[in-house]
Amino acid sequence: MLEIKNLHASVNGKEILKGINLTVNAGEVHAVMGPNGSGKSTLAQVLAGHPAYEVTAGEVIYDGVDLLSLQPEARAQAGIFLAFQYPVEIPGVSNSYFLKTGLNEIRKSKGLEELDAMQFLKLLKQKMQIVEMDPSFINRPVNEGYSGGEKKRNEILQMAVLEPRLAILDETDSGLDIDALQIVAEGVNKLKTPENASIVVTHYQRLLNYIVPDVVHVLVNGRIVKSGGKELALELEEKGYDFIKDEIAAAEVA
Amino acid sequence: MQEMEELVNKEYKYGFVTDIESDSIPAGLSEDVVRLISEKKGEPPFMLEWRLKAYRHWLTMKEPNWENVTYPPIDYQSMVYYSAPKAPKTINSLDEVDPKLRETYEKLGISLTEQKRMSGVAVDAVFDSVSVATTFKESLSKVGIIFCSFSDAVKEHPELIKKYLGSVVPSTDNYFAALNSAVFSDGSFCYIPKGVRCPMELSTYFRINALNTGQFERTLIVAEEGAYVSYLEGCTAPMRDENQLHAAVVELVAAKDAEIKYSTVQNWYAGDKDGKGGIYNFVTKRGKCAGDNAKISWTQVETGSSITWKYPSVILLGDNSVGEFYSVAVVNNRQQADTGTKMIHIGRNTKSTIISKGISAGRGHNTYRGLVKVGPNAANARNYTQCDSMLLGNQCSANTFPYIEVKNTSSSVEHEASTSKIGEDQLFYCKQRGITGENAISMIVNGFAKAVFKNLPMEFAVEAQKLLGVSLEGSVG
Ligand SMILES: Nc1ncnc2c1ncn2[C@@H]1O[C@H](COP(=O)(O)OP(=O)(O)OP(=O)(O)O)[C@@H](O)[C@H]1O
Ligand SMILES: [Mg+2]
Repeated sequence: MLEIKNLHASVNGKEILKGINLTVNAGEVHAVMGPNGSGKSTLAQVLAGHPAYEVTAGEVIYDGVDLLSLQPEARAQAGIFLAFQYPVEIPGVSNSYFLKTGLNEIRKSKGLEELDAMQFLKLLKQKMQIVEMDPSFINRPVNEGYSGGEKKRNEILQMAVLEPRLAILDETDSGLDIDALQIVAEGVNKLKTPENASIVVTHYQRLLNYIVPDVVHVLVNGRIVKSGGKELALELEEKGYDFIKDEIAAAEVA
Repeated sequence: MQEMEELVNKEYKYGFVTDIESDSIPAGLSEDVVRLISEKKGEPPFMLEWRLKAYRHWLTMKEPNWENVTYPPIDYQSMVYYSAPKAPKTINSLDEVDPKLRETYEKLGISLTEQKRMSGVAVDAVFDSVSVATTFKESLSKVGIIFCSFSDAVKEHPELIKKYLGSVVPSTDNYFAALNSAVFSDGSFCYIPKGVRCPMELSTYFRINALNTGQFERTLIVAEEGAYVSYLEGCTAPMRDENQLHAAVVELVAAKDAEIKYSTVQNWYAGDKDGKGGIYNFVTKRGKCAGDNAKISWTQVETGSSITWKYPSVILLGDNSVGEFYSVAVVNNRQQADTGTKMIHIGRNTKSTIISKGISAGRGHNTYRGLVKVGPNAANARNYTQCDSMLLGNQCSANTFPYIEVKNTSSSVEHEASTSKIGEDQLFYCKQRGITGENAISMIVNGFAKAVFKNLPMEFAVEAQKLLGVSLEGSVG
């Protein structure tokens, strides 16, 4: 479903991604771990099409199309969803209006009928119940004045409403209490169908107790240096990233 | 940010010209021209005297240059001061209005025909220098409300005009107000008697059509004790390469316990993307809370004009009176706006609120200029000012000049200001949720302006939101 080949990207002239190779098949959950500043968010943003990042080499094929040639909104309409590490505030725009506009544009692009206000509200309320969000958030402005955890929960709500094909979660578990963590996990697990896939960026193996990844990747300094099964996450938690760095150093010497 | 800099290429929707024969006087300004205008309008002598006094004073004045806008000198002698569509002398019913004019207003979304009028809104349609039609006149008069063109008011209600004309904006007030007082051609007059709540929105729709013609209209609204009225002003003009001057005066008088809500959706032609053409909108608007507990509230959405220069103000004379100013000013391409308000606290416990939202795009310059003045007797006066600017792109600018003069220790004046850039991050966040660029911009900008829009009458709030979207269309590549 997603094939990333030798992806290089820089921001303000500084190279951050230095040749990422990653294949995600439909039905899979991939976890991406790695030290601070290693480029995990950059990878997520590049996949979603943030204009600040310049792709200098490589390609990304999504469902047979050249993903990098699509505008960010076209990528969203094609089913790519990014739960932001730092969700953005939009003052004066209500959550429901924001999400309804997004959902309807996505539906329109697929030739589906747009939902009217009533239909949408019903859907929204139902999804809010699932992610255990207070109905007062329907009319609150997007992310403005939310607590850190509320912002993250709101990302999950948006994911639940938009039902993406490929969900990329960038540290959605950071700053969440245990209950919320389970909700995030449930959200991802619900999406787990043979047609969909997710990429979950996290620092904590804890989340992976709830979301069982098919593959765990370790990103260090702009490269995926190791991939493995879910046990890799446990090993990382136990030993820290240094053991991997040592491994790489050893390999480079040899 | 490049995509945000590629601003506005959207055609101005109201830029058409109506081909209609008009009765114009030759260009130029002199005492004779003032006399001619008064004569054409068949005015009583008091009106001519008033005009001449204003004209003679204007001759002694200098065009102001303190505002933060630049434009080539205006040649007052090359302008036409009176232009009216040729029409039969008297019109007995709205259906007798020249079909071309009716069509013009129809195109602008304003229906003047008896059957298709906007329900719940009475309209006075001003075309170039004169009022061409006023709807719902009779039904309003049943509850004692006078709503008519200024020309009719001068003839039919001279005692009211004598009493209130110039009572808030004296004919000598400033350069453009003096010019207006000398040559104003028409406008709207509205009088709400004691205790009457106006049952519908009243509105004036200003349309400039003729070439090289200045538009100088006056609006006078009087709300007697306990009366209430909500008033809306809309404006458009054809697209022309020449700049045209619009120098209007609006006076509001609210007696004890009366309330006037005045909303403007200003969409004069703004000039093309290189700044060619467009309206110079130099307007004096002022309201007086003459009695205790009176309330005047100005709401404006300024999207058009090549230059906007206006400060709708409130004189808070009565005790406990309230003044409000809610403004959204958008500049794009080469537009310039210097706008804000003056809140003059004279009475005790007077309260004022100022919410200004400036949006700058393209190479636009947006200036907020506001004065809050609290006099020595205005015990416990309160003011709250919030002034936010939003920039789209890197070539536009926003300035804020708040002036505060307080001569009273028991009063409080609060000022908050912010400037934000419409973030690439905000835009990206919207797009990531599937929202296309132009919708995203308009959503973000409308969210920014929401605190003002919610003060507009419902139908117009929707209009204004759309307008904002259109004004900024093209801001996204
Ligand atoms: N817009 C930017 N301008 C300058 N540097 C940037 C920008 N975005 C990212 N970087 C740099 O790129 C590097 C990778 O950042 P990135 O956010 O991808 O790391 P991360 O792996 O997500 O880290 P964390 O675990 O802390 O979230 C960092 O050194 C960061 O400072
Ligand atoms: Mg990160």
